[in-house]
Amino acid sequence: MLMSDGAVLAVRGLHTVFPSEAGPVTTVDNVSFSLGAGETLAVVGESGSGKTMTFLSVLRLVPPPGRVTGGEVTFEGADIATLSASAMRRIRGAGIAMVFQDPLTALNPVFTIGDQMLEVIRAHTAMSPRQARARALEVLERVHIPAPQQRIDDYPHQLSGGMRQRVLIAMAIALRPKVLIADEPTTALDVTVQAQILELLAELRGELGMGMVLITHDLGLVAKYADRVAVMYAGRVVETSPIAQGFGQSRHPYTRSLFRSIPRLDLPADQPLTAIAGQPPDLARLPAGCTFEPRCFLGNGREDCRNERPALSPTTSDRHLSACPHWRTLLDAEAGA
Amino acid sequence: MKPPADPRPNGGEPLLSVEGLSKTFQDRQLFSRFRGAGVRAVDSVSFSLDAGETLGVVGETGSGKSTLGRLVLRLVEPSAGRILFNGEDITALSQRRIRRMRQQVQMIFQDPYGSLDPRMSVGSIVAEPMIVHGLWHGGRDERVLEVMRQVGLQAEHRNRYPHEFSGGQRQRIGIARAMALQPKLLVLDEPVSALDVSIQAQIINLLRELQQQADLGFLFIAHDLAVVRHVSNRVAVMYLGEIVEIGPRDGLYASPMHPYTVSLLSAVPVPTVDRERGRDRVVLHGEIGSATDLPSGCRFHPRCYKARLKAASPGVETVESQGERLPSICVQHQPPPVDGGGGHVAICHFPERGEDRSQVAGRAVEFSKGAG
Repeated sequence: MLMSDGAVLAVRGLHTVFPSEAGPVTTVDNVSFSLGAGETLAVVGESGSGKTMTFLSVLRLVPPPGRVTGGEVTFEGADIATLSASAMRRIRGAGIAMVFQDPLTALNPVFTIGDQMLEVIRAHTAMSPRQARARALEVLERVHIPAPQQRIDDYPHQLSGGMRQRVLIAMAIALRPKVLIADEPTTALDVTVQAQILELLAELRGELGMGMVLITHDLGLVAKYADRVAVMYAGRVVETSPIAQGFGQSRHPYTRSLFRSIPRLDLPADQPLTAIAGQPPDLARLPAGCTFEPRCFLGNGREDCRNERPALSPTTSDRHLSACPHWRTLLDAEAGA
Repeated sequence: MKPPADPRPNGGEPLLSVEGLSKTFQDRQLFSRFRGAGVRAVDSVSFSLDAGETLGVVGETGSGKSTLGRLVLRLVEPSAGRILFNGEDITALSQRRIRRMRQQVQMIFQDPYGSLDPRMSVGSIVAEPMIVHGLWHGGRDERVLEVMRQVGLQAEHRNRYPHEFSGGQRQRIGIARAMALQPKLLVLDEPVSALDVSIQAQIINLLRELQQQADLGFLFIAHDLAVVRHVSNRVAVMYLGEIVEIGPRDGLYASPMHPYTVSLLSAVPVPTVDRERGRDRVVLHGEIGSATDLPSGCRFHPRCYKARLKAASPGVETVESQGERLPSICVQHQPPPVDGGGGHVAICHFPERGEDRSQVAGRAVEFSKGAG
């Protein structure tokens, strides 16, 4: 269903569990998705929804005591879930690279950016220091850092936030990965810099033919840059669809609620904001049924919503999946309105 | 240069009025004779704010918007200018009188984690301002519970500690603490930007309710242009310490005059696919400069698209600047205030209005065309 032929990265039934005093907490719960070459998948969700943990699980970077307890991860057709630690290290960086949210903490303050880039490049290739430095300069230029010859010997604190994020992107693409995972790459940046960074990522995706995962909470960025979207809530994907058909005609009440709760520049200024009732879910104390039921404007009190946790299933198309069995009610309400 | 005038539409005594307010931070070096020129964090800022009104302040990192909020509260000392609260000049008040003033001017912080003492229960956090201000005469438990109820906290929460609450609930505690003294003015510094989107709406709606109940004035400082549009009556846009544009919300968002405002609005993506992908974007040159090394003339000229458009059009005198030809007026002269009517003012040599409005400006802020 989610698997398309020729996917560069495909994940099936991924599970990640953290032990806690209240028993094991499932932070990634049966997550499946696939990503084609040159495609951008946006993963949307709030803090604790499992969007970052899903990709740390894919890269096998889950911080202990967390553990990936199940699922298949296929990269370029080969199963990487069972690879040895050293084989996995080769995949990270050279195959799948990740760019994190905070560009200051992701760089080591006591080394120049050149040192740090060379370390990454030489760890993954047989290049000499001179070749590696040439590669570093080449990618710094590619991410439009002005005067890379001088910048390469700067320390992270000498660069602005936007420039640091460019350096991290340069490090991520230095090994020409097939998949780039960008985890909230612009949340810490100003809006005009955000636009520059995302334009850069879109440009690189096109030039290098990478598959890209854009983890974000900004629905505007999804509308602008993604080909497909997966919405996560309480560790699960609750809705996924192609952007062109599905975004804006959501078939899950959580996604609908997200749209109604944000102020939007493309709607009248006095639009009322409908807050989502209640508090974000506590993963250690999830309800037995649908995890969104306690906050849902639709399911509230319905017997089946409280008793059974619905699976992600096809709606009108098998490309648009929803974990709400009452998705038709949403469409009917829309048609009636 | 004279700061842009800020004619108030309704007249009368404003709740807060700020005139030519400036703050220069001197960097203290070990050897004082090597002292630098200082950082002009806030430079000749003027505006006023009525009771019951929200003035939104937007700007990027380094624009001086947070320093402005702290100046109004007298948390940092102004270098020049005047602050009038209810008509009274509070610029030179003694520390003791400032404290009395702060009963009426309270602040809400961005970080609901760092701004609450982890060792104090919610009840004591809310009660503390009343004790500090000598308003605690026993039997004020009622007041604590009343304020907690007002912000949507339950009575049983009073004996719990901040770490037991989610981000949204913590922000409610911070709001309760600010409301305990029944202030007239709230300075809100990024009050919702650390919160998840589903919780942002709860807090925004709560703030609006509180404002209506008590006729509060809000100085709402944020970087999110959509949030600011939603909450504000008027909006001020700051760049490198200056207000470059100020005006009633609808006018400013529908027809921004300053190229920086246009650029900001153009950078915000909207969550409707056809509209978003059909829009034009203004590409800004470089990043925000530094207040330690201000550009000559107009502070925005090194990044401005309009200056570049103008430099290419006939009859505009240009000079060489950083390897580019730019209009000499932008590089050499402080821009004058331009009055767009109804209190809408921008400082720019080539404002985006009338026949001089560039095409890209029109398309970049056209949010509702497209899907229809």
